[in-house]
Amino acid sequence: MGKTIAEKIFDAHHVDSPAEDIHVIRLDAVFCHEITTPMAINDLVSRNKDRVFDTDKIKAVIDHVTPAKDSKTAEQGKILRDWARRHNILDFFDIGRNGICHVLFPEKGFVRPGFTVIMGDSHTCTHGAFGAFAAGVGTTDLEVGILKGVCAFHYPSTIKINISGRMPQGVLAKDVILSVIGRIGVNGATNKVMEFTGSIVDAMTMESRMTLCNMAVEAGATSGICLPDITTVEYLWEFIINEYSDKKAALDDFSRFSSDSDSRYDQVIEHDVSRLEPLVTFGYKPDQVKPVTEMGTIKVDQVYIGSCTNGRIEDLRVAARELSGQKISDSVRGIVSPATPKIFGQAMEEGILKIFLDAGFCVTNPTCGACLGMSNGVLAQGEVCASTTNRNFNGRMGKGGMVHLVSPATAAATAIAGYITNSSLFKG
Amino acid sequence: MKNFSGKALFLDRDDINTDEIIPAKYLSEITKQALGPYLLEDIKLDGFMPRIDIQEKSVIITRTNFGCGSSREHAAWALEVNNINLVIAESFARIFRQNMFNCGMMAVELPAKTMDRIFRDFAGKETYLETNLEKNIFIITAKQDQLEVSFSISDFDRALVMSGGWVEYADSKY
Repeated sequence: MGKTIAEKIFDAHHVDSPAEDIHVIRLDAVFCHEITTPMAINDLVSRNKDRVFDTDKIKAVIDHVTPAKDSKTAEQGKILRDWARRHNILDFFDIGRNGICHVLFPEKGFVRPGFTVIMGDSHTCTHGAFGAFAAGVGTTDLEVGILKGVCAFHYPSTIKINISGRMPQGVLAKDVILSVIGRIGVNGATNKVMEFTGSIVDAMTMESRMTLCNMAVEAGATSGICLPDITTVEYLWEFIINEYSDKKAALDDFSRFSSDSDSRYDQVIEHDVSRLEPLVTFGYKPDQVKPVTEMGTIKVDQVYIGSCTNGRIEDLRVAARELSGQKISDSVRGIVSPATPKIFGQAMEEGILKIFLDAGFCVTNPTCGACLGMSNGVLAQGEVCASTTNRNFNGRMGKGGMVHLVSPATAAATAIAGYITNSSLFKG
Repeated sequence: MKNFSGKALFLDRDDINTDEIIPAKYLSEITKQALGPYLLEDIKLDGFMPRIDIQEKSVIITRTNFGCGSSREHAAWALEVNNINLVIAESFARIFRQNMFNCGMMAVELPAKTMDRIFRDFAGKETYLETNLEKNIFIITAKQDQLEVSFSISDFDRALVMSGGWVEYADSKY
């Protein structure tokens, strides 16, 4: 019997099985941000265990509320900053160099095929796009990760999502993952790894694969995962050029972490996207999705383009294509947050920021802010937002606000129209 | 070890997420105690009044996929500082469930049929739940009605509850 990629990663990192089916695994990377880490730091200090297992394997960023909006968020930043300094954590990204963790850390080359990654953030599953096992955890798991470099999980059971067909023009990775979540439900992959395969995934950029894996947790999954291939090698090449003689050698090495053809899956789902249309959520759960064309006329007060789901350069490019030469509706507040300084710079060089500004968007610095209603675009009671983020929970972007999750193309078209509508890129 | 017995609060809904349990705007707090007043503030549940209905409750009984969404351990902490150390549900989101045991708290799953019976016979009544960790049973009482339900937790989860959580356990072992 063969093994899945997740099983192979677990086998390669096994430390202990303290109980049946519980595997304590060694961690290759522990990522930290200023919302969930300070409580871990304070607890370690109070236990007289203020140590870190490996300064190189810990990466930290201030991203959720930056610049700090008040004394409390300033204090959270300070706790993380002081901790990074006293432990000599060199990969600490403070203001001016900071970006959204799940976009910034891949961009820095911190995630490799076969890695095990945890972070005190549910969207850590994003990093599975590189063929890594990457799981969001709570503060206590994070604390033990920081101290000991280990974490306990059930041995992975995997749902394979084989995505095939012909992707219609104007349908994006966001629509694909929304369609998968709509199909299996918010509880459909709880305690499972979602392995994304098939011709559609093979043809996707790393950015699109990250969008796909990012929302695996919205179906309850522990991690999303894609199999490493030449696209993975190309993305990572600048970081690994000294480790391999050529790209083929890197690909051969990474291929150790791939699923065998006779692997055992909990479930295999064939998902054909040939007839898929751009989707939008309509309720308070990410599995409540329907085609934009069936949505009726839903007016919006705000359009938000950004987040660890859709704040990458290809997201901004597709939105800018729609916005080019256009003005957004007078009744809409448009906000775009490029996810990292690098993306911000690229968008500037490519003229994308000018398109956003000319269209009437507010361009903010890289931050998670509005996605979870902490800063930079919180909704008022009764307001409606079309958002490229990942959660439409009640109150998510502000108490009493309504969030409709969409792709960046749909978001841009919606900003122009003032109501939720398909982009001109979709000809369906 | 924490207390796992007391008056029960029934939340009759699936998919109650961690944003509903503790909204993100309170994540800038850096003490557990500060989260206390905001537990379940944004829950979408008809007729539920958090500040009144939570009072004196020590156990939550709910449906499927409780604690889905964000990884914030603040959800478990907000329960803890309200003296709620036990949640019983048909199923849990992975991270929330792990967070509970990591804090030495309990998140116990019971079969759908059992949950239906508990809701049918006890929801809406003043209900007391007693946990017996030696025999692995819950004794649920409302006036003359009483129901004994057996449950199981893994050896690992039990060890976390007994040792007071994952930090102590892991630091002594790894």
